[in-house]
Amino acid sequence: MLDVENLNHFMIDILKELGNIGAGNAATALASMISKRVDMDVPNVRILEFKEVAEVLGGEENLVVGIYFELTEDLVGNMMFALDMDSAINLTNMLFNREKKNSELDEMDISAISEVGNILASSYANSLSSLTGLKIVISVPSISIDMAGAILSVPAIQYGHIADHALMIETTFEENQNLVTGNLFFLPNLSSFDKILTALGVN
Amino acid sequence: MVRNTIKVGMADLNVTKAPDQLTTLGLGSCVGITLYDGVNKIAGLAHIMLPSSKEIKNNDNKAKFADTGIEELIKSMVAIGANKNNLVAKIAGGAQMFNFNSNNHMLKIGERNVVATKEKLKELNIRIVSEDTGGNFGRTIVLDSTNGSLYVRTIGHGEKTI
Repeated sequence: MLDVENLNHFMIDILKELGNIGAGNAATALASMISKRVDMDVPNVRILEFKEVAEVLGGEENLVVGIYFELTEDLVGNMMFALDMDSAINLTNMLFNREKKNSELDEMDISAISEVGNILASSYANSLSSLTGLKIVISVPSISIDMAGAILSVPAIQYGHIADHALMIETTFEENQNLVTGNLFFLPNLSSFDKILTALGVN
Repeated sequence: MVRNTIKVGMADLNVTKAPDQLTTLGLGSCVGITLYDGVNKIAGLAHIMLPSSKEIKNNDNKAKFADTGIEELIKSMVAIGANKNNLVAKIAGGAQMFNFNSNNHMLKIGERNVVATKEKLKELNIRIVSEDTGGNFGRTIVLDSTNGSLYVRTIGHGEKTI
């Protein structure tokens, strides 16, 4: 089996391309939800030591919103949509087209953000599924608003079973007025990687 | 008096002597295990991710697991002058950050980490003097090596010293 510590450039390029396709579709979905242009960076394949993972979202104690999903069936892993508090508040104000802006998240906002995460992760997963022909079942979203380190400990622990590093395919979205920045993480279990390569005909 | 605060990351551990402090930021499902020798004023902190090194093939990083992490922490403390018989423990973390209706036991990992930590400490006859574990929120902890107090900070769930 492949391991996280020994991925070559070729494999990293494939992961990056999967991220590109998945996140591209997710960005389109986000743009149509908020009726604004959404820019997307080239996905970043990050192989991080555990002590670095918690720093990914602006520092361990940074308050963030994380929406987490489990992927099962042919392709196993996790997805997480994460955004800082200001972005989350701005995003819900856009979604509800509010004249009078909320300055914190109410229950309706939390539910809406959760649904945005759901749509993004599902469109990401769907595009991976149609590209590879692999069946992917995505869980219902689960949301947590807390310290970045605490939220990121959850995917890190999943990798803890198999490696001393975590593999994160990260894409940053930015709404064009700079009010909303979010990160979508795809964290594939490497046992699925052989299946992906075979499905793409490169194994 | 100059006090240094030493940061301990995920799957990591460190030890220090008075007057320095040890901290770990944003504990989620991981457990922060602190040990303290009040006689020699020596403190140790391990930030473990998983319950047991025995369930996993890749177990080189001892600080990743409750069982080997505690053993390694004691070893490092003894190496700088602590006496194992003086050690008492305080633990924090082991939250369940996300709620799923599935029976995936991975998501109960916080709880399992706490159980494994307690079992190991019991096996080694180290008393747990206080704990702040469980719940669904993150914690930052700071261990003071001058008196062994453990400060716990959260977002929206208060702060306390245990």
